[in-house]
Amino acid sequence: MKKITSIVLILIINTLHSNISFADQNKNIDHITKNLRCLICQGQSVYDSQSDFALSMKKLIQIKIKEGNTEDEIYKFLKEKYGEWIVYEPEVNKNTIFLWGLPLILFIFGGLLIIRKVTIK
Amino acid sequence: MKNNKIFYFIVSLIVAIFFVLLLGLKEEKNYSPQSENKKLNNSISLKELYSGKNIFLNDLLLENELNLINIWASWCLPCKAEHPYLINLNERFDINLIGINYKDNLDNSKKFLSDLGNPYDEVLVDSDGIKSIELGAIGVPETYLINNEYKIIKKFIGPLDQDDYENIISLIKK
Repeated sequence: MKKITSIVLILIINTLHSNISFADQNKNIDHITKNLRCLICQGQSVYDSQSDFALSMKKLIQIKIKEGNTEDEIYKFLKEKYGEWIVYEPEVNKNTIFLWGLPLILFIFGGLLIIRKVTIK
Repeated sequence: MKNNKIFYFIVSLIVAIFFVLLLGLKEEKNYSPQSENKKLNNSISLKELYSGKNIFLNDLLLENELNLINIWASWCLPCKAEHPYLINLNERFDINLIGINYKDNLDNSKKFLSDLGNPYDEVLVDSDGIKSIELGAIGVPETYLINNEYKIIKKFIGPLDQDDYENIISLIKK
């Protein structure tokens, strides 16, 4: 009886564990594909697109995750193939510094203006 | 006086932004990835269409010749349109032509080649499109001209036309 109970318990734990890791893996694929631009339907992410390119890309990412690649490694691999454009969130470099810096400059400028107005009053 | 200066500065800034945005509207929006001068990934292996054997793509590339890799599918109409150019290239020039059959039914792809002629020295199969992504492709048809150092010297996205055909010939003759 004890043996049967332990076998059933092991089976339940095993099923739960594989379900959790499967859900985690899917969550990871969704997260990565949402940050990738579909190069066929350029207004959509790979996650949203149903183009052949996007479907293959989702499969490739699934394989890469199974092989143990991290999110950054996957982005690096795809950037080597397709360039920086493939990711929605570009990295900070000399070409994107203005893009990243502009909101900060505007924020500081706006803040200074408000402070000036308040202190004048 | 100071207020006037600020006013003129803001107006000129708005006008400048307007013109920048106007110029941006006229620019080509479709992005095509640059693959020129990139070396081919040497770990890509695919099945051969007729024998089903696994072959490394690099093993098929010839060191002393220009290599042309063409990604195609029987369901792709533009592939049908560019096919005569590939047949011509194979007949007229000493070029190593490798076909990669993309997400296709194998019987349909074999029929496509027997009906329209087979310009390829080898035909490989990419059944799920993953190997094409490893090559840097975005769809079909796509053609890569590769030199003897396994570097991509020219990439053609979309069907080859007369201009592309002449461009390939001039690169072969160089």
